[in-house]
Amino acid sequence: MTAVAADPTAEATAESGVSVGVVTFPGTLDDRDAARAVRLAGANPVNLWHADSTLSGVDAVILPGGFSYGDYLRCGAIAGFAPIMESVVAAANAGMPVLGICNGFQILCESRLLPGALIRNDHQHFICRDQDLVVENANTAWTSDYEQGQTIRIPLKNGEGGFVATDEVLDELESTGRVVFRYQGFNPNGSLRDIAGITNEAGNVVGLMPHPEHAVETGFGPESGGGIDGQGFFSSAVRTLVAKG
Amino acid sequence: MARVVVEVMPKPEILDPQGKAISGGLTRLGFTGFGEVRQGKRFELEVDGEATEEVLAQAREAAEKLLSNPVIENVVAVRVAEDAS
Repeated sequence: MTAVAADPTAEATAESGVSVGVVTFPGTLDDRDAARAVRLAGANPVNLWHADSTLSGVDAVILPGGFSYGDYLRCGAIAGFAPIMESVVAAANAGMPVLGICNGFQILCESRLLPGALIRNDHQHFICRDQDLVVENANTAWTSDYEQGQTIRIPLKNGEGGFVATDEVLDELESTGRVVFRYQGFNPNGSLRDIAGITNEAGNVVGLMPHPEHAVETGFGPESGGGIDGQGFFSSAVRTLVAKG
Repeated sequence: MARVVVEVMPKPEILDPQGKAISGGLTRLGFTGFGEVRQGKRFELEVDGEATEEVLAQAREAAEKLLSNPVIENVVAVRVAEDAS
């Protein structure tokens, strides 16, 4: 039997054998938390740098939150064309699970892997709160460990999180089940139709504004509710990838 | 040396919270003659040599690909800067 490291931050080969790349752009903030969430879910986090051109053989990729390239031009606009993104876009189109959190969601929209765009919050303020979400699609690579219709509570922190798209695109997202998360109780940023997260047609690329990686350990996530409702994102991806072999 | 100017505006149907904030500021300062304000962006691209039609075509492509996001913004002008500097 293999010994499991007691310290989840210790470098150790994960039992699942799954490795998940976490991309760091200049200005990324939440890469360490995302890597930790990956490790706690039983996979190996692999640090990827924005200027890299290969994905180092990872099985999935996370684009974490922060302010890549200082949010210059538009949030995620410069990052969307970073060298690493060419490989991420190709891998995503080939079916690799890709998760974009907050700034990562903005990058996915700017690189056209997901439709729509994120604009400044309608109330003009940065907002940070524990946010309830309804899981509307539990069939994606990143949500299969949740129940359809389940409510989860994870942190949200953004200044430009208002999801917008044309009515035509919104209708298509709704009718094809591609709205993955909807804000419940309170819409924190003016997102159209309360949309918090969406997926691509194949269901392997998911983007959302709230932060599941900040709700994976008791005592460090939201104080109310379970506090660890974000775990399902990472366990879903690991399960999906292990099942694929 | 020539310069190409690219101007980008948020689409009319897209909410412009920055414009709203500016509008509030104007009112507070006593500039009451204005209604809605919308804020856009102006880019100045320096050109080595002359701003040929080919250079302008490149600027138009860059405007669509990087300088604007067609989901939320319109490119309203791509032109050669008139003032010599």
